[in-house]
Amino acid sequence: MATVSEPGIGALAELMVLDLSHYVAGAYCGKLLAAFGAEVIKIEAPGVGDGARQIGPFPDGNPDPEASALYLYLNTGKKGLTLDLASDGGATIFKELVAQADVLIENFAPGVMESMGLDYATLSAINPRLVMASISNFGQSGPYRDYRADTMVEMALSGQMYINGDPEREPLSSTGYQPSYQSALYAYSGIMAALIARDRDGKGQYVEISIQEAMASEHQFTLNGFTASGKIRMRSGNRYGSVHPTTILPCKAGEDGRPGLVSLGISDPTQYVLFLQLLDLSELLDDPKFSNPQLCAQNQVEFDALIRPWFMEHTADEIVHALQDNRIPAAFVNEVSDVLDDPQYEFRGFWKEIDHPVSGTRRYAGLPYHLTEAPPVYERANLLGEHTDEVLAGKLGYDEGRLAELHEGGVI
Amino acid sequence: MPSDPKGPLDGVRVLDLSRVWAGPHCTRILADLGAEVIHISGRRLVGRRVVTRETAKILGTFPDNEPGERHWNRNVLNNDMGRNKLDITLELDTERGVELFKRLVKISDIVIENYSPRVMPNLGIDYPVLKAINPAIIFCSMPGYGPDGPFQHFVSYGTTIDPHSGLASMMGYPGEEPHMSGNAYPDPASGMFATGAIMTALFSRHRTGKGQYISLAQAESGAALTGEASLGYQLSGVVPPRIGNGHVRKAPHGAYPCKGDDKWVAISVGSEVQWTSFCDVIGDPEWINDERFRTLEGRMGNQAELNQLVGEWTRDRNAYEVMRLLQDAGIAAGVVLNADELMNDAHLNERGFFWKFDHPEAGFQTHAGQPIRLSETPARHYRPAPTLGQHHPYVLGELLGLSDDEITDLEETGIIGYTPLVRERYPRPS
Repeated sequence: MATVSEPGIGALAELMVLDLSHYVAGAYCGKLLAAFGAEVIKIEAPGVGDGARQIGPFPDGNPDPEASALYLYLNTGKKGLTLDLASDGGATIFKELVAQADVLIENFAPGVMESMGLDYATLSAINPRLVMASISNFGQSGPYRDYRADTMVEMALSGQMYINGDPEREPLSSTGYQPSYQSALYAYSGIMAALIARDRDGKGQYVEISIQEAMASEHQFTLNGFTASGKIRMRSGNRYGSVHPTTILPCKAGEDGRPGLVSLGISDPTQYVLFLQLLDLSELLDDPKFSNPQLCAQNQVEFDALIRPWFMEHTADEIVHALQDNRIPAAFVNEVSDVLDDPQYEFRGFWKEIDHPVSGTRRYAGLPYHLTEAPPVYERANLLGEHTDEVLAGKLGYDEGRLAELHEGGVI
Repeated sequence: MPSDPKGPLDGVRVLDLSRVWAGPHCTRILADLGAEVIHISGRRLVGRRVVTRETAKILGTFPDNEPGERHWNRNVLNNDMGRNKLDITLELDTERGVELFKRLVKISDIVIENYSPRVMPNLGIDYPVLKAINPAIIFCSMPGYGPDGPFQHFVSYGTTIDPHSGLASMMGYPGEEPHMSGNAYPDPASGMFATGAIMTALFSRHRTGKGQYISLAQAESGAALTGEASLGYQLSGVVPPRIGNGHVRKAPHGAYPCKGDDKWVAISVGSEVQWTSFCDVIGDPEWINDERFRTLEGRMGNQAELNQLVGEWTRDRNAYEVMRLLQDAGIAAGVVLNADELMNDAHLNERGFFWKFDHPEAGFQTHAGQPIRLSETPARHYRPAPTLGQHHPYVLGELLGLSDDEITDLEETGIIGYTPLVRERYPRPS
């Protein structure tokens, strides 16, 4: 099944999407729609643009709003339009675009769209077929509605942070933007569901996504343990609590000289027996402390000391292949830079070379899936306002005089 | 809103062969949105034959830690994933099992599976076979590393995909090794990509009449969700370091101890204005005038001392009180909620986030609701999770037209059933 058939027309090629996103959540959602051929028009404030342009990382650390990795990655395939929504002229132009659009994505703080006179009630009156998606930290209602948050605060208030880290140290968040990414994926599915319903019902609807709820819905043992038995899931370090060895362990350093690390995911009794056989430690199966992965989990420190000598004699590469050859789950422990060289990702063509006039040709993470009849397209991110004239002339029929006027007035 | 809203996916039938979490998370969303999801399991894969009270207590996922006579129907993990779905059993390594499955494919829209890539071809029900039966079928495969490539046969879980994909490298105490998610995060994250891909294919099928094959690699999900970091590395040459709860442009930024046992509040001071407000909230103590903390640069460079001082302020305060004080002053802060606090969170409850189910064998349980909120065709909870094989009469009888005698015969020959089958255990070494 390695082959992908001839590129067909993008599955979403008929859609026009207005993307009012900034930073991560709305932007990634718009990027996914663009990857399937939708015409996604990224609307940014004149002059400064999306705040993601200020974040980086930048080439050699030198800030440049056209070379911020965060912006470049999250806005592939979009057209760039600048528009001052706070001005009367800007809001009018925006409404003219809404009349033609299928989808609108925004992730302003709750109340901002309303304050500009651009809430769903107003916009759906202009275009009843509009699907409008709002993503916000805590949703459009409720006591935390106006609370501020970043990745760490979202991880905290969704119950994800408490379960990461060592039990005797502070809970851990992650760097990066996982809560925003997840909310983008819920918004993407919500928009697709609304479009499917629109095919049937003939009208659009409002899609509301709370980042907190997105992350709170991604628990396995946390909420279920509490509802079933009152158990509060505790963090368990680089281990997985109820079964062992599901963990990251040190091993012999590889050729690059970095400290060796390897990941194990043993949870099934069969895998556990095979693992102990491979290490020549089968006698542990007769020890009541180690006779299965659950009991092993109760005696993790002692167990790790027993298997450590074998791990320190083998590199991660040797361990992963030796274990996988015996159907025992093991994996590499990679930095993001290592993944760029990983043979599996390479084989599947996951990394996409995309050229950009400012940041050059780089390898971008693709989508983790292929659709045989509608493969995704990968094009570079827009420059700030790159397609302003093209969009306004093409969509709204503005002539050169009108465009010049708007440029002078700072509306675009 | 209409009084009896129709789900957006009403009339869409899904055959769900997926297991554990990634696939079930996807089909849970499809079911919440109104699709008829038929979960199909082979009874060897349902779980162990016996769950002792001791094991139940370690897992904590059986009501009151009591596995009961039919533990497979009482495991709240499965019931959370199974809400709104239907359930049948089918032994797909038998000719009759495969024949029935193919008949279901003929009248369905979507097939999803997350087996190792060798399984579906070995069973004779891979995409080319099913496409010949139903050209409009959308078939989603989501093995850990994808159905092709040098690691295609690697056995994997969310817990191993996490470090392999680079995700775990973005978490860890300062200067230490990558840290696994405490939650097998790549599972639901991959499920989300699958959900979007399937709905994109459904949208496309409304136009072309054609189904398609979706191949999803869970390992690639993790790399897609860190794409800004891998691109950033290429631009800057810097591998993102592990910085605990620190931040590259903000300080103070961290989790601080609060009153009580293992209580914490996350505080993120994001600008000079917020720093001034923060100082005001904590009562402008003497130390804020220290040369080391006057500028962001200084605060970034002296984080250990700064965090110590902030912690001294939070230590004797209630975490919720700290959150409210700071949020009222425009500073991002949040209680580090544990399971109890999460389920009782005032905001989530006011928004009606949690869904309650009365399950015939597991009783009343509360589960996370559906974050996709649609104004006209909302997600709904309309059915508790099925018991094993509960829907044989509907699926095999009504949908496929089998007679009662035929269904009884399937039971007697073990093609379907209501209890797990013993798995062949690897022989113990002598």
